[in-house]
Amino acid sequence: MATRERPLSPHLQVYRWQITMTMSILHRASGVILTVGAFAFAWWLMALAEGGDSYARAAACLASPFGKLLLFGFSLSLVYHLLNGIRHLLWDAGWGYEIPEIYRSGWVVSVLTVALTAAIWFAAMGGGA
Amino acid sequence: MSDIGTAGAPRPQQDLRTPLARARGLGSGKSGTGHWWWQRLTAIALVLLVPWLIGVLVSLVGADIDSARATIARPWNAIPLAAFVIAAFWHAKLGVQVVIEDYVHTRWVEVTLQVLVTLACVVAALACLFALGHIAMTVASFNH
Repeated sequence: MATRERPLSPHLQVYRWQITMTMSILHRASGVILTVGAFAFAWWLMALAEGGDSYARAAACLASPFGKLLLFGFSLSLVYHLLNGIRHLLWDAGWGYEIPEIYRSGWVVSVLTVALTAAIWFAAMGGGA
Repeated sequence: MSDIGTAGAPRPQQDLRTPLARARGLGSGKSGTGHWWWQRLTAIALVLLVPWLIGVLVSLVGADIDSARATIARPWNAIPLAAFVIAAFWHAKLGVQVVIEDYVHTRWVEVTLQVLVTLACVVAALACLFALGHIAMTVASFNH
């Protein structure tokens, strides 16, 4: 096939940044991360069912610095995907579909994601142990 | 010409195929909204289940294995957990399916990945349900 110079449609970099583009790709990225997280959850649940050494190994994995980093990533992704997913469901119901409302709900989701993730880790670290 | 913007509807004299021949291979005309609909239904279930699950998991931080198993074995934890597992892996499968459709353009790689993702999600969900059942059946008492 002959390769000819053909006109391309405008790509991402020609657009001025807006919060919607970042929220959109982060929703997809967090969804993929959470799929990995779901498999990690299945692994933990199986270890809990097996008990003994299996659970001890799983618990040690999760308590290690790398395990904690993974758990933090999963929790951040979970809170973000949950809140932004609610935003998507509200759009599906026809609510908040004006451009200023979409920007505003985007910032609300961003701030709440940070606040709720911090609250979860505060409860897990301080309240639990 | 006046046919700008009619790329999807070729003029009859350009395309001698019958309407049936043009439609073949484009997929079912009856299951188009199924994916969208199940993605939303599982999403609504997860909106309800995930905040509860986060609460349960945070309460298990620092717990020993016996109290963790006892917590999960309680009927009103085990049943929502089973519902969460089904909804979560179903939702994950539907989401990853779209990601693969969007980014993988080599047909055999795409189909292989779709099959592997579907099988992996089914196996993981079944493993979770087995683990939940096993924990629920082997914890002596629900009163803890």
